[in-house]
Amino acid sequence: METVNLTNTELHEKEHVDIHRYEEHEESFITKYVFSQDHKMIARQYLITAMIMAVIAMIMSIVFRLQLAWPGEKFAFINWIMGDKWGKDGILDPNAYLSLVTMHGTIMVFFLLTGGLSGTFSNLLIPYQIGARDMASPFINMLSYWFFFASSLIMVISLFIPNGAASSGWTVYPPLSALPQAIPGSGLGMDLWLISMALFIASALMGGLNYIITIINYRTKGMKMTRLPLTIWAFLITAIIGLLSFPVLLSAALLLLSDRLLGTSFYLSDIYIGGRPLDYSGGSPILYEHLFWFLGHPEVYIVLLPALGITSEIIANISRKPIFGYRAMIGSMLAIAFLSFIVWGHHMYVTGMNPFLGSVFVFTTLLIAIPSAVKAFNYLTTLWKGNIQYTPAALFSIGLVSSFVTGGVTGIILADSTLDITVHDTYFVVAHFHIVMGLSAVFGMFAGVYHWFPKLYLRMMNKKLGYIHFWLTFISAYGVFFPMHFLGTAGVPRRYYTNSEFPMFDALYDINMIVTVFAIIGALAQGIFIFNFFYSMFRGPKAPQNPWKSNGLEWTNPVANIHGNWPGELPTVHRWAYDYSKPGYEEDFVPQTVPLKEGELDGGGHH
Amino acid sequence: MKLLIILAVILFILAVHQLMKVVEFARELRKTKEWEPTDSENDLMGKLMLLFGIAFLFLFFYQIDKWYDKALPPAASEHGKHIDELLFWNMILISFVFVVVNAVLFYFAYKYRGNKNRKAVYYSDNSKLEMLWTIIPASALAFIITFGLKYWNEITAPSTEKNPLIVELYAKQFDWTARYPGKDGKLGTTDFRHIEGSNPVGLDTTDQSGFDDLLVKNEFHIPVGKEVVFQFRSRDVIHSAFMPHFRAQMNCVPGMVTTFKFKPTKTTKEMREDPHVQNLMKQINEQRAKEGKEPVEFDYVLLCNKICGASHYNMQMKIVVETEQEFNEWLRQQKSFKTVASK
Ligand code: HEM
Ligand SMILES: [Cu+2]
Ligand SMILES: [Cu+2]
Repeated sequence: METVNLTNTELHEKEHVDIHRYEEHEESFITKYVFSQDHKMIARQYLITAMIMAVIAMIMSIVFRLQLAWPGEKFAFINWIMGDKWGKDGILDPNAYLSLVTMHGTIMVFFLLTGGLSGTFSNLLIPYQIGARDMASPFINMLSYWFFFASSLIMVISLFIPNGAASSGWTVYPPLSALPQAIPGSGLGMDLWLISMALFIASALMGGLNYIITIINYRTKGMKMTRLPLTIWAFLITAIIGLLSFPVLLSAALLLLSDRLLGTSFYLSDIYIGGRPLDYSGGSPILYEHLFWFLGHPEVYIVLLPALGITSEIIANISRKPIFGYRAMIGSMLAIAFLSFIVWGHHMYVTGMNPFLGSVFVFTTLLIAIPSAVKAFNYLTTLWKGNIQYTPAALFSIGLVSSFVTGGVTGIILADSTLDITVHDTYFVVAHFHIVMGLSAVFGMFAGVYHWFPKLYLRMMNKKLGYIHFWLTFISAYGVFFPMHFLGTAGVPRRYYTNSEFPMFDALYDINMIVTVFAIIGALAQGIFIFNFFYSMFRGPKAPQNPWKSNGLEWTNPVANIHGNWPGELPTVHRWAYDYSKPGYEEDFVPQTVPLKEGELDGGGHH
Repeated sequence: MKLLIILAVILFILAVHQLMKVVEFARELRKTKEWEPTDSENDLMGKLMLLFGIAFLFLFFYQIDKWYDKALPPAASEHGKHIDELLFWNMILISFVFVVVNAVLFYFAYKYRGNKNRKAVYYSDNSKLEMLWTIIPASALAFIITFGLKYWNEITAPSTEKNPLIVELYAKQFDWTARYPGKDGKLGTTDFRHIEGSNPVGLDTTDQSGFDDLLVKNEFHIPVGKEVVFQFRSRDVIHSAFMPHFRAQMNCVPGMVTTFKFKPTKTTKEMREDPHVQNLMKQINEQRAKEGKEPVEFDYVLLCNKICGASHYNMQMKIVVETEQEFNEWLRQQKSFKTVASK
C-alpha cells in the first residue's frame, strides 16, 4: 500500500500542473460532442447508443413472440416491421425468425449489456469515484467508443441486406454459420456479424485496458484499494475478465471468417450439402464451441458483475447502512472471476465430450454457486435493519437481488450434467439465462441510470414515472420469463419458429400466450422510461450536489461538466465509501473526504 | 380518417405539453426536493414490495399446481427414472431456496421501509455469519454433485450388454434416417463422399458389412426392455437428437460419431395407458379441437434440438417402442441397403 500511496501523491502533485491542460482552451462542437475525449461525454455516448440498440432488440423480441403465441396469424405489425419479403401478409418467415432471434441475442448481450453497461458506467464512475481527472488515456477511450459505434452500425446495417442478417443463433456455431448453403443468413450477413464483432472486441479491449490502468494508477490521495467503492472493484474485475477472454473470441471469429472466405478447415469436415460433398477435412465444430464458450461463460459475468457492483453501491446508499461484508463481496467477485474461466464446458455436456471432462465441469460450475450465494446473502443483510429510501434506483436494485436469486437457483439444475441431458437447449435454459443475466443486468443498468442521472445530465429524473416504470417492468419481466420454465419442463426446444408442428406441445398454447402478452406490456412500459429519460435530460429539476446523501467522491464536485472534474485540487480520501448511519455522527452519511476522528476506525479494512 | 388520427395525435401532444407546464410551474412554487422519497412513498413502496412478494410466491405455487400436468410424462427409460428422481429432489431444493430467499427479501423490503424517524444500524461485518452462508451452500452442493456424478457416470459408461441393439441416427437438413445393422450385427463403414441419391448415408460400397444394413425413414422402432446403443452422425450442420420421453439427448456433429445408450421401459401402447399421458392427451386434443385439427394419439418422438436452419422447428421422426417380437417382425419388413441401391 505504501508504494501506491507514494505514486498517488506524486501523481497528485503532477496534477497541479496538469490541471491547466484541462482548463485552457474553448472547445469546438466537434471535439466537445462528437470526438470527445472526456469520460463523461463518452459515457453518455455509450448510453444513448446502447439504448437505441436495446430498443431495436426489444422490438425484435415482440415480433418473434407474436409469432410464437399465434403462429400463422397475420399481423399488420409484423408486415410493417419486416416488410413484404420477411413478413409477407403479416406472417413471419422462418429464416427471418432465426435472424431476429440471433440479432436479438447478440444485441442484448454484447451491445446493451457489455458495451452499454460497462461502457456507460465504467466511463462515468471510474474517474469520478476514484478522484481522477479523466481516464489514463482519453484518446484511446474515445477510440474505444468509436469502434463500438462502428460495430453497432455494421450490426444494424446487416439487418437490411438482401439475404438477411446472421441467423445461426447468437453463438453462431459452425458449420451452420460457415456455409451460406445451409441458411441464407450465413452469407454476407454472417461476414458483417463477424466484422462487427471484431470491432466490438477491439473496442472492449481498449476500454478495458483503460479502466484497469486508470483504477490502478490514478486513484487520488488516500484512495487505497480497500477504500474503493464496490462499483469500482466490479468494473476492475470485469475489465480483467474481458481482457483475458475477448481475445479468444476474436481468434474464434477470425478462424471462422477464414473458413468462410479462404477455404480453410478449422471447424469443418465431412460435409455434404447442396447436393455435393465439400472439400473441407480435418476440422471440428467442437473446437469452435470450446473457443466460443471460453469467452461465452466469462461473458455472462462481464454482463453481471458491473450490475452487481452498481447495486452494491445503491443498496448501501438506500438502506442507509454500510454494505455488509465489504471484503467478502470483493473476495466473492474475485472467486467468481477466477472460476468463470474454468466452467465453460457446462455448455457442452451433450456434444459428445469426454464424460470425465464433463464431471470436472460439473464440479467447477457448482463451486461458482458458493460465492454467488455469499453475495446474495450479503445483500439481504445489508437491507436488514436499514432505513430503506425508495428511490426508483432502490426498487430496481431490490429487483436485481430477486432476479439474481430466482435465476441463479435454476443454474444448479443446468450445471448438473445428468439433469442437463433433459433440459439442455430447451426453454428452461431460456428462462434461466434471461432471469439471471438478462433481468439482473438490465435492472442493474436501470438502477444505475436513475441513480447517476444527475452526474450524467445534471438534472433529476422524475421519481413517480420511475415508480410506474419499475412496477410494470418488474411484473412483466417475471410474467415473461417465469412461465418459460414450464415450457422447458414440457420439453420445448429453443430456437423453434413455432411449437405447432408437434402435437405434444399443443397444450402449451396458453403459456405461450401469457408470455407474449407480458412481453408486450413490458415493452410498452419502456416507453415511460424513454420519455422520462429525455424529458428529464432537458426539463428535469436541476440536480443538487449530493441528491442521495451519498458518500462517494462523485458527489463532491460542483454540478457542472467540468473538464478535469474538480475545479481546484483533487479531493483527498480519508475513509471507505460506506459510512452510513455511523454512530457518532449527526448525519446518516459521512463522505469519504471527511477525516477520521481521533481513534475512529475505518470501515472496510479493519483499520 | 388519417387526418383525424394526426389531429388527435397533435392534440394529445399539446395536452401533454400543457400538463407538463403546469406540473413544472407547481414544482417551481413548491421548491421541494421532489426526487427524495417522502415517508408516505416509502411506506407505499414497502407495502407494494410485500404485496408483490406474496403474489409472486403464491403464483409460483399456483403455476406448479396448474401446469404440473403439462410437463413431460414420467421417463420411459431406465436411466430416465434416475434423472427424474434427481430432478425432483433438486427442484425441491432450489424451490426451497427460491421461496425462502425471496420471502426474506420482500419481507425486509417491507419491514425496513424508511421514514424520517428511523435510523439504520451500523452493521458492516460478521465473519461467523459469512462463514455460515459459505458452508451451507457448499454442503448442499456437495450432495448434488455426488448424486449427479454417480448417475452421469452410469449414463455415459459404455454399454455392458453382450450384444446390444445398435441404431444409427443420421441427421441432415431437415430429416432423420435410422440405420440398423442387418443380420451380421455390424453397421457398414461410411464416407460422406459416397453420398448420392440411392446412398443417402454414404455407405462404403466396397464394405460387405454394409450391404445388409437397413435404412428407415419417418419412423423407427425399438424393442422394450433391451438396451439400445445409438450412434449419431450428421451430414451437414450440427443437429441434436432429442428424445425427451426417454431423457436422452446427444448432438450430431459432422465429422464425428457420438453415442448415447438407453433401455426403454414402456412400449408405446403401455405409455398410452399412463394416467399422466392420458391427461396430457386430453388437454392436447381439446386444444386441437378448438383449432379445428384432428385428434392425435400419444407417440414417442425424436426432435432436433440444435438450431440447424429454416425447418429446424419441424425436423422430427416418430419412435415406436414395442415388444421384441413385434420389433423383429417390423425389422424383417425393412429393406436392406443392397436391395435399395441395386434397384
Ligand atoms: C423484451 C424482453 C425480452 C423478451 C420478450 C425476450 C424473449 C426472447 C425469446 C423468446 C428468445 C428466443 C429463445 C429461443 O428460441 O431460443 C430470446 C433469445 C435470447 N435473448 Fe431474449 N428476450 C428479452 C430480453 C432479453 C435481454 C434483456 C437479454 C440480455 C441478456 C436477452 C438475451 C437473449 C439471448 C442471449 C437469446 C438467445 C439468442 C439465441 O438463441 O441465439 N433477451 N429472447
Ligand atoms: Cu456458462
Ligand atoms: Cu436439425
